[in-house]
Amino acid sequence: MLVVHEWALAEAVISTASKIAEREGLKKITEIKVKVGELQQIDLEAFQFALTQISSQYAINATFRFEIEKAEFKCRICGHVWPFDKNSLGPEAREAVHVIPEVAHAFIKCPRCGSPDFEVVSGRGVWIESVRGER
Amino acid sequence: MNMLDPRLSVIDERLKPIKNIVAVSSGKGGVGKSLIAATSALILAKKGFKTGLLDLDFTNPSSHVILGAESAYPLEDKGVVPPKISGIEYVSMVFFTGDKPSPLRGQDVTNAFIEVLALTRWSELDFLILDTPPGLGDVILDLLKLIKRLNFLVVTTPSKLSLETVKKLIALLRSLKAPIIGVIENMSTGTYSVKEEIEKLNTRFLGSIPIDPEIENALGAPEKILKTSFSQALAKIVNSIKA
Repeated sequence: MLVVHEWALAEAVISTASKIAEREGLKKITEIKVKVGELQQIDLEAFQFALTQISSQYAINATFRFEIEKAEFKCRICGHVWPFDKNSLGPEAREAVHVIPEVAHAFIKCPRCGSPDFEVVSGRGVWIESVRGER
Repeated sequence: MNMLDPRLSVIDERLKPIKNIVAVSSGKGGVGKSLIAATSALILAKKGFKTGLLDLDFTNPSSHVILGAESAYPLEDKGVVPPKISGIEYVSMVFFTGDKPSPLRGQDVTNAFIEVLALTRWSELDFLILDTPPGLGDVILDLLKLIKRLNFLVVTTPSKLSLETVKKLIALLRSLKAPIIGVIENMSTGTYSVKEEIEKLNTRFLGSIPIDPEIENALGAPEKILKTSFSQALAKIVNSIKA
């Protein structure tokens, strides 16, 4: 399953990075640092491939740095905090959470009290942490 | 630099191929928004317009039941490619949650909404109809924030309770300079002058759709829905809007 959801997110990253570069007066982007939340289960190889392909269309030749953020949940009812375990989901649920992470509320429940009312404290999606370049 | 959500910058790009975006909204639930949104999409598609339907009721989607699209699933090709149901490009949260309840709080609703907008690759469409949840909550506010070129089609019933909330919705949309196409009276009984009430608000009254007991039996069968008196009354209104 190569370059599926990752492609759409890579387009978003490059589009945003080029807007940042324009705003900051950067003539050349040299590095884009992306925080990748574990919950979305991004295939980093596919993501890197898509980023490289799309950035060439924008004449961008940048290094991509990824920081994986662990996904953690906190129950709004009993306060229990627990980590995301992708192996606790079946293949269809994993795919659904990959596409729209909020779907986790349909498939995951607090292991202590059974409530689906929890907060995704960290590791939800994809964020641009920094864009470096030359003026 | 603060961390940036990259999804926001591609939403305009994803919606670019769409000529007209119409949000079907109301203050109250149970007035027939989903049925009007889905049937309008069917009517437009039948007339040869390229049409999409996006169900934005993330916690209680129902348009899949109207369209008989319970087993539909999108293609995934560089994003989410909507499946075609009865000639309509269709996207709903139900693709991903199935028959499971998906309880979501405000921030989760916003996040799901942004994800859907950022990922869905619509074709070149004449119309994208948005089936919105009731009320003046997160989805309406997100719609106004995230989608430019948005037109609102407001649905009410002849009940004073429904009209009360519709007045508030119209006031909100007005204050935010959001274009309102007009108001449809659904489940009309002919006993209360919704037209007069709406026109007092300097808003276009588009027409009334009488109660049609047959519509329940047509749910899940788009061809049957198009033959109901509900659909025929709605088709007259849809035609009058374009005129």
